[in-house]
Amino acid sequence: MPPVIQVSGIRKTYGSTVAVDEVSFEVNEGEIFGLIGPNGAGKTTTMECIEGLRTPDRGTIAVLGLDPFRQVYKLQDRIGVQLQQAQLQKRIKVWEAVNLWASLYQRQAADGERLLEQLGLADKRDAWFMNLSGGQKQRLFIALALINDPEVVFLDELTTGLDPQSRRAIWDLVRGIHDRGKTVFLTTHLMEEAERLCDRVAIIERGRIVDMDTPERLVARHCPERTVILTTDDPAAEAHFRAILQVQSVTCADQRFTIQGTGDDLVTEVIHCLSENHIRVADFRTILPNLEDVFLKITGHSIRD
Amino acid sequence: MMMRGLWKLTWIEIKVFLREPMGAFGTIVFPVLIFLVVGRMVGRRMAPASLATSSFIHVGLPVIAAVLILVSAVLSLVTIISIYREGGILKRLRATPLRPQTILTAHVIVKLLLTAATLALMVLAGKRYYPVGVHIPLFSFTIALLIATLSILSIGFLIASIVPTARFAQPIGAAIFYPLLGISGLFFPVASLPPALQVVARALPTTYAVSLLEGIWKGDPWSAHLGDVAALTVAFLLCIALSTKVFRWE
Repeated sequence: MPPVIQVSGIRKTYGSTVAVDEVSFEVNEGEIFGLIGPNGAGKTTTMECIEGLRTPDRGTIAVLGLDPFRQVYKLQDRIGVQLQQAQLQKRIKVWEAVNLWASLYQRQAADGERLLEQLGLADKRDAWFMNLSGGQKQRLFIALALINDPEVVFLDELTTGLDPQSRRAIWDLVRGIHDRGKTVFLTTHLMEEAERLCDRVAIIERGRIVDMDTPERLVARHCPERTVILTTDDPAAEAHFRAILQVQSVTCADQRFTIQGTGDDLVTEVIHCLSENHIRVADFRTILPNLEDVFLKITGHSIRD
Repeated sequence: MMMRGLWKLTWIEIKVFLREPMGAFGTIVFPVLIFLVVGRMVGRRMAPASLATSSFIHVGLPVIAAVLILVSAVLSLVTIISIYREGGILKRLRATPLRPQTILTAHVIVKLLLTAATLALMVLAGKRYYPVGVHIPLFSFTIALLIATLSILSIGFLIASIVPTARFAQPIGAAIFYPLLGISGLFFPVASLPPALQVVARALPTTYAVSLLEGIWKGDPWSAHLGDVAALTVAFLLCIALSTKVFRWE
C-alpha cells in the first residue's frame, strides 16, 4: 500500500526567510503522524502546503495520489482540515455551520447531528459561534473537519490555548478518529500531546526535519539515560549501588538516593541489587526521559524557548 | 453542486448579516426612514416648487439616495471581507472544495439583494411624493443601477484586496469613496468644478455611474449613455483584473 502522504524535498521561502527547507517524509494509512517543534519552526507552512493552501517553491507532494496544487479541489473533497486560529462568522449558528459545510462536498456527508452529539455540542446547536467557549469552538472545527467523512484529517495545533480538561477531552476525540481507520496528520508544540497521540513523529526545527521515528524509539535513541530515586536508611546501600555496572552516578541527600545510568537494564539491576542485599526502601520511583528531553538533546534548547 | 454551496453560503450570509445589531435596521430601515423624513420636509416647504427644486426632488434626490445606498453597501462589503480575512474565515472556507470565486460571489449577491430590498422599499415609500402620471423608467433604471453597482463593487473589491487590517477597512473605504462621490456630479454638475478637478472627475467611474443613473432616471434613451456604460465596464474589468492579482486570502 502506497503512503497516504508523500512529501519530498519541499522548500518554501517568504521573502528572505526560509520557512521550510528540504522537508521529506511519508505518512502511512491509518497512523497518527505528528510534526512537532517550536512555534515558527515551519509546521504550519508544511501542513498548508500538503493541504493545497500554499505552493512550495520546490519539491513534490502527493496526498492520496493527488497533487495538492493541480488537483486541489479533488483533494479537498477527500480530506478534513482544522486550521490554526481559524474563526467563523460571529453570528453563525453551530448547526448552520455544520449544514453549510456538509453542502460543500461531493462526497456523502457524515451525519451532522450525530457528529455534534459525539463531540458534545448537541445542546449548543442553536448557539452563535461567538458565544462558544474555546473548547467548544475547537470541537466545532473538528466536526467541520469530519463532516465529509474524510480519508485524511489534518489538525494544526489542535489544543493550543485550551485548559487541561478540554485538552484531554480532545485527545480522546482524536483517538476516536484514529480508531475509525482515518489517517491523522497533526502538528503540535506540546510534547505530551505528541507522546500520547502519535504513532510516529517528525521533529522539525528551523524549517528542517532533524529526526523522525516512533516516540519510544526517539527516546531510546537520543536519551538512553534512566534515573531511579529511592529512599533508604541502610548505611551500606550507597556502596552496593555504585557496584552496579550500568550506574554512572549516585548522589544522596538525607537518605534519598538518586541513581543515574544508561540503558533499559538499569532499573532491573537496581531492583536486583535491592533484593540481593536486603535493602529496605521506603520509596522507589523511576524517571524516564520523554520527547521533551529528546528535543532538548537534539536541538540544544527547550521547545518553549 | 457548487450552486448548492453558493446558495447555502449566500443564505447564511444574509441571516448572519441580519443578526448583527445594526444589520437590518442600519442598511434597510434607517435609509428608508431618512428618505421619508427628508422627502416630507422638502415636499412641504417647497410645495409651490420652482423648476430647480422640482428637478431636485424628482431627479436629484432619488439618484442621490440610490448612490449613497449603493456606496454604503460597497463599504460594508469592504469591511466584511477584511474582517473575514483577518479572522481566518476566508482561509477556512478556502480549505473546502468551495471555489474562491464562489465565496466572493456569495458576498456580492448578498449586497445586491440587500441594496435591492432597500431601494424597493424606498420606491414604495417615495411613491406619495411623486405626482401620479410621472413616468419613471423603473426597469431601465434597475439595469442601470446594476451596471453602476457592479462597477463600484469592483472598486470596493480592489480596496478590500489591499487594506491592511479590518479596523482600517471602513475609514479607508469611506476616505476613497466619498471624495469620489463629491466630484462625481451627484451633488452639483461636473461642469461647475475647477478645470483640474473636472479632468480628475472624468477619469473616475463614479462620475459615469452618476451620469448614467441620472440620465436613465430622467428618461434618456440608452443610446445617449453608451459612453457611460463603456466606461463602467472598463473600470469593472480593470478592477477585477487587478484584484485577482493582489487579493490576499489571509
